[in-house]
Amino acid sequence: MLLIVLIGYICALLVPVIAKALGRSHGYLIALVPLGVFVYLSTYFNRIVEGEVISRQYNWVPSLDVNFTFQLDGLSLFFGLLISFFGFLIFVYAAAYMKGYKESDKFFMYLLIFMASMLGLVMSSNLIALFIFWELTSFSSYLLIGFSHNAKTSRNAALQAFLVTASGGLALLAGFIILGEVTQTYELVEILSIHERVIDHPYYLAIVILILLGAFTKSAQFPFHFWLPNAMAAPTPVSAYLHSATMVKAGIYLIARFNPTLGGTEIWQFTLMIAGGITMLLGAILAIQHTDLKKILAYTTISALGILVLMLGAGTSLAIQSAMVFLLAHALYKGALFLITGNIDKQTGSRDVLELSGLYKFMPFTGVAAFLACFSMAGVLPFFGFIGKELIYEAALHATVQHIALLVAVIVSGVAFVAIAIEIGYGLFIQNISFSERNYKEAPVAMLVAPVTLAVLGLVFGLFAGVLVQPLLTQVSNVVGNEDLPLELHFWHGFNLVLMLSLLTLLLGTALFFVRKGIRKIPLHLDYLYNHGPTAWYDGLLQLIKRFARLQTSYFQNGYLRNYIAVIVAFFSFMLASVLWQFDLKIFPVANFDIDNVRFYEVIILAFTLVAVFVFFKTRSRLTSIVTMGVVGYAVAIIFIFFGAPDVAITQFLIETLTVVLFVLILHKLPPLRFYPLKSFQNGLYIIISIGFGLLMTSVLLLVTEHPMVSGLKAYFAENTYILGKGKNAVNVILVDFRALDTMGEISVLAIAAIGIVALLKLKLVKGKMK
Amino acid sequence: MMGVLVILPLLIPLFAAIFCLLSWKNINGQRMIVLAGSFLLLVGSAFLLREVWLHGIQVMQIGNWPAPFGITLVADLLSAGLLLTTSLLGIFVFIFSIPNINLERKEYGFYPILMFLLFGISGALLAGDIFNLYVWFEVMLMSSFVLLSLGGTKNQLEGSVKYLVINFLASSIFLAGIGVIYGLTGSLNMAQISLLLPEIADKGLVTLAAIFFLVGFGIKAGLFPLFFWLPAAYHTPPSAITAIIGGLLTKVGVYVLVRFFTLIFFSEVPYLQPYLFVIAGLTMFVGVFGAIAQNDFRKILSFSIISQIGYMIMGLAIHTPLAIAAVVYFIIHNMLVKTNLFLISGVVYAAAGSFKLKKLGSIYAKFPFIAFLFIISAFSLTGVPPLSGFWAKFLLIKAAVASNYFIIVGVALVVSALSIIYITKIWNEVFWKKAPDGEGSEKIFYNQTSFLRLNRLLILPVVLLTIIIVAMGFYAEPFLDFSVQAAEQLFNRDNYIKVILRK
Repeated sequence: MLLIVLIGYICALLVPVIAKALGRSHGYLIALVPLGVFVYLSTYFNRIVEGEVISRQYNWVPSLDVNFTFQLDGLSLFFGLLISFFGFLIFVYAAAYMKGYKESDKFFMYLLIFMASMLGLVMSSNLIALFIFWELTSFSSYLLIGFSHNAKTSRNAALQAFLVTASGGLALLAGFIILGEVTQTYELVEILSIHERVIDHPYYLAIVILILLGAFTKSAQFPFHFWLPNAMAAPTPVSAYLHSATMVKAGIYLIARFNPTLGGTEIWQFTLMIAGGITMLLGAILAIQHTDLKKILAYTTISALGILVLMLGAGTSLAIQSAMVFLLAHALYKGALFLITGNIDKQTGSRDVLELSGLYKFMPFTGVAAFLACFSMAGVLPFFGFIGKELIYEAALHATVQHIALLVAVIVSGVAFVAIAIEIGYGLFIQNISFSERNYKEAPVAMLVAPVTLAVLGLVFGLFAGVLVQPLLTQVSNVVGNEDLPLELHFWHGFNLVLMLSLLTLLLGTALFFVRKGIRKIPLHLDYLYNHGPTAWYDGLLQLIKRFARLQTSYFQNGYLRNYIAVIVAFFSFMLASVLWQFDLKIFPVANFDIDNVRFYEVIILAFTLVAVFVFFKTRSRLTSIVTMGVVGYAVAIIFIFFGAPDVAITQFLIETLTVVLFVLILHKLPPLRFYPLKSFQNGLYIIISIGFGLLMTSVLLLVTEHPMVSGLKAYFAENTYILGKGKNAVNVILVDFRALDTMGEISVLAIAAIGIVALLKLKLVKGKMK
Repeated sequence: MMGVLVILPLLIPLFAAIFCLLSWKNINGQRMIVLAGSFLLLVGSAFLLREVWLHGIQVMQIGNWPAPFGITLVADLLSAGLLLTTSLLGIFVFIFSIPNINLERKEYGFYPILMFLLFGISGALLAGDIFNLYVWFEVMLMSSFVLLSLGGTKNQLEGSVKYLVINFLASSIFLAGIGVIYGLTGSLNMAQISLLLPEIADKGLVTLAAIFFLVGFGIKAGLFPLFFWLPAAYHTPPSAITAIIGGLLTKVGVYVLVRFFTLIFFSEVPYLQPYLFVIAGLTMFVGVFGAIAQNDFRKILSFSIISQIGYMIMGLAIHTPLAIAAVVYFIIHNMLVKTNLFLISGVVYAAAGSFKLKKLGSIYAKFPFIAFLFIISAFSLTGVPPLSGFWAKFLLIKAAVASNYFIIVGVALVVSALSIIYITKIWNEVFWKKAPDGEGSEKIFYNQTSFLRLNRLLILPVVLLTIIIVAMGFYAEPFLDFSVQAAEQLFNRDNYIKVILRK
């Protein structure tokens, strides 16, 4: 089973090689991969239909409980077959569609990665593995939407889709991790067995919200729906495959998969119903408003996704069954319609329904496929779409809560679907409003196979639903509903209320088709929604992030070294002060301060230092600065002498003298000093920071020196300097023996510094030479 | 005998540097020496890691002076692991530098300084003595400063002066901290300090001492609000230099923070924890926003270092073995990925002649292989699974959730999402966008095959690093296992003390 997933990735890596060998027709060969997967999965069909669940575990990262636990039950087989079958048709279609494109090898590579990830997603029952495949679908979708990467709109659409779905993905990850902490496992099967504990857990709400965020962003639920229409920037096969048939259904899959584990609570049901309901209606309304065929299909897809979420939210057995049936029906007709759009776009160069008409004359096969798909979409007897719609109506009628509102809502969206179906089937292909001489050609055979197959299946599944579809979908619904109920699919239920409602929908839909132009002109106050809706939020947020980023960066990284130092010192002081404060340490811990202990020469040295520092701050001459710093250095050295460290003092004298001498020597070679005056406010701030820091350091040093120090080092060095170190001067022996490594390190520092100085003095590359 | 393995990572680069200095005029000779040196360093580190993995912590008392009187070198899993990573990057960057660094820079000591830098890093990783650690930081600081300023272009000088001054401030704070610690414990040996500090009744004093190291190393690691030197300097020198410094040095800072706050200031963490969380969160945020604001390939990467450091500090703040394991994995992942990204920026420069996003473009169309290499490292950085960055973030978030620190989880996730913006900014502008006409694009007439053939030494290290990064993601188990073991070893202070002090 691992191979089923891996084969896609392996082949993806081989695509460039295959493409080089086969040239332009490599797409057809690659189409064998999804076909093979489909055939292989089909061999499991009988076993799954009988209710068997097949699982395989492959260790991956066992220490984190992240493994490839693949599980094939009704739900995953259903999705697996859908993905591989669509994959096959789309690859064949794309092989012809992408012929004119450069980089078509990359296209197939990404598409294969996507397909493999999608298969992994639906087959994984390990949460983290599932998440990994989930993200990989977002990632491959990013690359595919941005396929026409020279166009800015493509790049932006790709980023938008990726940002929205990946952010949702991060929420999903957080949800999974919390769920994992609650249950102490990432295995879905084990989680399912203790799902009561999850539902009663205080983190249940957080888990639900986070997981649904992941699902809603992926499945384009309001208010995250806006990325999907923009994602239509991708080549049409991608739109058909990812953004209609499979990837956007990943969210639906996730909800369905988690329904037994997390479902059954009010928060779960109502969140789904509200989000799904809004999405369904919004998608339907917006679909009517648009004239770009791909946008229309995108919005009806959003609407359909809304229906699915709504039905899963309604949660009754019937509702779940209807959702799964509708999912299949929608995938078939919407996939076909997208591909038909691709054909129209390719052959006529337009996708605007206002510009297109009478196409049947030129493209009869595409036309037939369009009729069939539109019948299914409109829910006409005996197409499979009809069965889906009937079931949904019935589920709405028998919903446990709010069934009237539900019914009205699904009928409204049904009406819109009918109108759009007529628009495409009749308006584009039969109705003839010719503006000028046109002569279009039918699409090549390879681009007809897929839409015709899908459209015909919509009819065949409708006619023989009981035989072809019912067995598997029964299992699917049972997995989602976590129960054992038969599902019976017929297209004829007799003259009942639901049939009446179906007819009513068709009538209203036809009426809507005739008044649609009027509706398009009426803004319906939707302009406000467009300008202030989620798209605007996204744009606004992105702009805000960028503005804030610039502002923040120019504030913190302002280029002034003195500011950097001030901030660092202030932060250090703050941290020290807060420790002093919180531990209630004495700020001036001088227990037995005795004025008599202060020698007069100490005071003189101090005075010298203070004067020198003061002059240093006042002066604007380099020479004076260096000399004053020299004075400070000498004063420190003298203090070393007072406290019995003559060797350190001598070193200090030497360094200070050398520094001053060297500086004075090169002084005349330096350019004149440019002085950047400070504002008085800033100046004051710096003074406060400096003085505060000085006081704090003094305080810390006093505190530490108050602490009695016991060290074994002195005694050891005193004892062993001569005996073991063979030297009489302890300091020397420490430097060259006890701690010789330090000395070696410092010698290296000097060597490095010497090289650096030579390089600085001699090597001055001009900018052009910089590499 | 085994102790020799511990000091080899110091001796090899030191001798390589010395031999380089001896053959100052002979650049080819220097190149051979560095090749041999970095290869031996790699082998030595590998054997050291093997030894530590099989037989536990390895110790060498320099000059055979017993701890705590002499200087102790210690290799535990963390330091040996980072040492191996460092030496790996050392040899890759060396290969990259052969074409990337121009002859003038090589004539003025690029090779010996590179070796001195590795010498310093090895020392810092192995030091078991806080003053000795200070010396290694000086070696690192001086050699990185010389590398950053080598060539003396105006940008370089401006950046490296800021680099030097602020890092020097860090060293002073660090040194003052050593004074404080010595004043409290009378010892410089880290194991003995770890033993003595808990006996000090006045916890406030110990916490004060901890602040010195937090701020001192915080500057080195590039924490908010101490990071200013980093974006000022990292984008100025040639890519090989940026890669080795940008990839390694901040992480050494993080390493030392981890070492100090697991070994020495263990009991001070509860007090510092809220501060650490705030610092971690702000470091992530400021870094990611800084990266979003930039319009230069390497400046974006520089700010992104800061953001990533925030994650590591988050792990440090959580301070459970799992969190520290996450930090260990994160450090190794980040060293590899960040170095690789800087190297790729150098490859792009070689192909298109700029680092400025405005002047770049079309790399995806003309050099798909480079785009492929970039996308792996770049999306590993943002944490796209199953690349290495994902595991790092996954572990961290898991550790945070397990300890119920939900706010920082939120911050980490938001920053993760934001990081998509800056990575895709590079991807969009450098790779996907059509190159602007005219200036900057004069070199773009190469086709990919001839470019790759002409720049084999640039590509080779990037390819090898990419393979390692991919392995670290797809074959994560051994790396994760190593990180977990390393973290457990860090939390087993008694053993560390026992091995070093022989008590």
